[in-house]
Amino acid sequence: MSAPHSPLDVDRVRKDFPILERRLAGDHPLVYLDSANTSQKPTAVLDTLAEHYSRHNANVARAVHQLGEESTAAYEGARDKLAVLIKAPSRDEIIFTKNASEALNLVAHTLASGMADDPRFRLGPGDEIVVTEMEHHSNIVPWQLAAKRTGAAFRWFGLTDDGRLDLSTIGELINERTKIVSLVHQSNSLGTVNDVATVVARAREVGALVLLDGSQSVPHQPIDVTELGVDLLAFTGHKMVGPTGIGVLWGRRDVLDALPPFLGGGEMIETVEMTGSTFAPIPHKFEAGTPPIAQAIGLGAAVDYLTGIGLDRIHAHEQALTAYALEKLNAVDGVRIIGPNSTESRGGTVSFVVDGIHPHDVGQLLDERGVAVRVGHHCARPVCVRYGIPATTRASFYLYTTFDEIDALAAGLDQVKRFFG
Amino acid sequence: MSDSLYQEIILDHYKHPHGRGLREPFGGEAHHVNPTCGDEITIRVALDGSTITDVSYDGQGCSISQASASVLHELLTGRTVDDAFAVERTFVELMQGKGQIEPDEDVLGDGIAFAGVAKYPARVKCALLSWMAFKDATARAMAGPVTVEEDAR
Repeated sequence: MSAPHSPLDVDRVRKDFPILERRLAGDHPLVYLDSANTSQKPTAVLDTLAEHYSRHNANVARAVHQLGEESTAAYEGARDKLAVLIKAPSRDEIIFTKNASEALNLVAHTLASGMADDPRFRLGPGDEIVVTEMEHHSNIVPWQLAAKRTGAAFRWFGLTDDGRLDLSTIGELINERTKIVSLVHQSNSLGTVNDVATVVARAREVGALVLLDGSQSVPHQPIDVTELGVDLLAFTGHKMVGPTGIGVLWGRRDVLDALPPFLGGGEMIETVEMTGSTFAPIPHKFEAGTPPIAQAIGLGAAVDYLTGIGLDRIHAHEQALTAYALEKLNAVDGVRIIGPNSTESRGGTVSFVVDGIHPHDVGQLLDERGVAVRVGHHCARPVCVRYGIPATTRASFYLYTTFDEIDALAAGLDQVKRFFG
Repeated sequence: MSDSLYQEIILDHYKHPHGRGLREPFGGEAHHVNPTCGDEITIRVALDGSTITDVSYDGQGCSISQASASVLHELLTGRTVDDAFAVERTFVELMQGKGQIEPDEDVLGDGIAFAGVAKYPARVKCALLSWMAFKDATARAMAGPVTVEEDAR
């Protein structure tokens, strides 16, 4: 099978990522198939970080000096770029957090705090929280904690055998008692891209909020929050060629206005008296303390980089890679795909098991050939439980992934099987 | 290289585990999980006085974790608790030695095959899983009879 056509000049893209030239132990070239875990960073982002620290470093929104103004302009400029990226109606709706987990926790925590004026934003006994069985732990545990704290019920969508959400019970699962539905856009372990529109439509009927975890979708496809119709969207910078330590919560203005503050501290206040405080409007209401300034600016550079290439082209490239990978993996005897076995409504993250060989051993032997994959439950243990497996091996692709690298994975699996055969 | 990690002895124990399966009677049992990868092991220890008469186990996981349990069964069954704990300490030292410790075959038997694992920090926990469970199970087995004796007095 010859490599299919890709709309990207991948050789050129790869020159932007210095780490891809690394040779590993045994002089093996790096075959990085772990971008769903964290992506590599292009020179443009690395240079932006270095330039910020070496030329503009100052705290934001507190200094009248020139550096403070430069730093603030760059930080707020990054907010503008993120608003454009996801087509947010207002830049004020972009909240910087430290990662997607913090963004998800922000929503769970503020809903559970009981401090909102509007009862729609207060969880309590009799209310229901709905998630799915394919969530990352970061979209399960905060809601379990919120349910425990408030007495709300914690419920979830199950999965079908082919790795999709089982929407057959949606009418009962999302009901008049449902306060919030929090679901993943693209599963980090299965690669499934969920039917958000159907969930949003049902949630609208009963007046429930919808929070979407876009950690694995925002880096890989064009996103329009208005078109998606969700109320809130969480994602993280380091999976979209940006730095670690920076994430984003987007929310509709009326929703963010209605939620009470999360963390208290500097910058999130309007005025503070010993008898009580009032709070800043969004976005600063949710950005207590000195934010991850360089990281936000670095993420802005990442957005420029991705949009310069075009997320539609990145998406098309990954679709071609995924089709190729599924074909190659299905051709390896004893390999079973865990998740959708076609490119329909799925992204470039492919989990699989190798008959009779534990994923840890698969990953270890692949690593010795320079092939970096993730093994384990991928912080989505209920998915493994659902499919009756202890763990999976996961290969995940991005704009710099080549068809040759997928060949290297398949060849590596052949060798793994020989070794343990 | 896989040669240093996946010694033939380890692969042998993985493919043909010794003493696998949970047996009765037993004095203490412990179930340990490696939360990062989901590997699990259940270990039962049977004591006659201070002698370990059986170590039985069952679990699922990678070759390193499962082979390690098989080696443990072979090495520690029939020893006194004090002896077994001395071997356990030597094995833990080897695993935490970052590949710098020369293993003593007289003490560790087939356990010396795991010396290479110590160079892979991510896999040390796999090798130690059954040994940590063994310690807990033995402590429980020892606590059981002691309580009964105290009651009898």
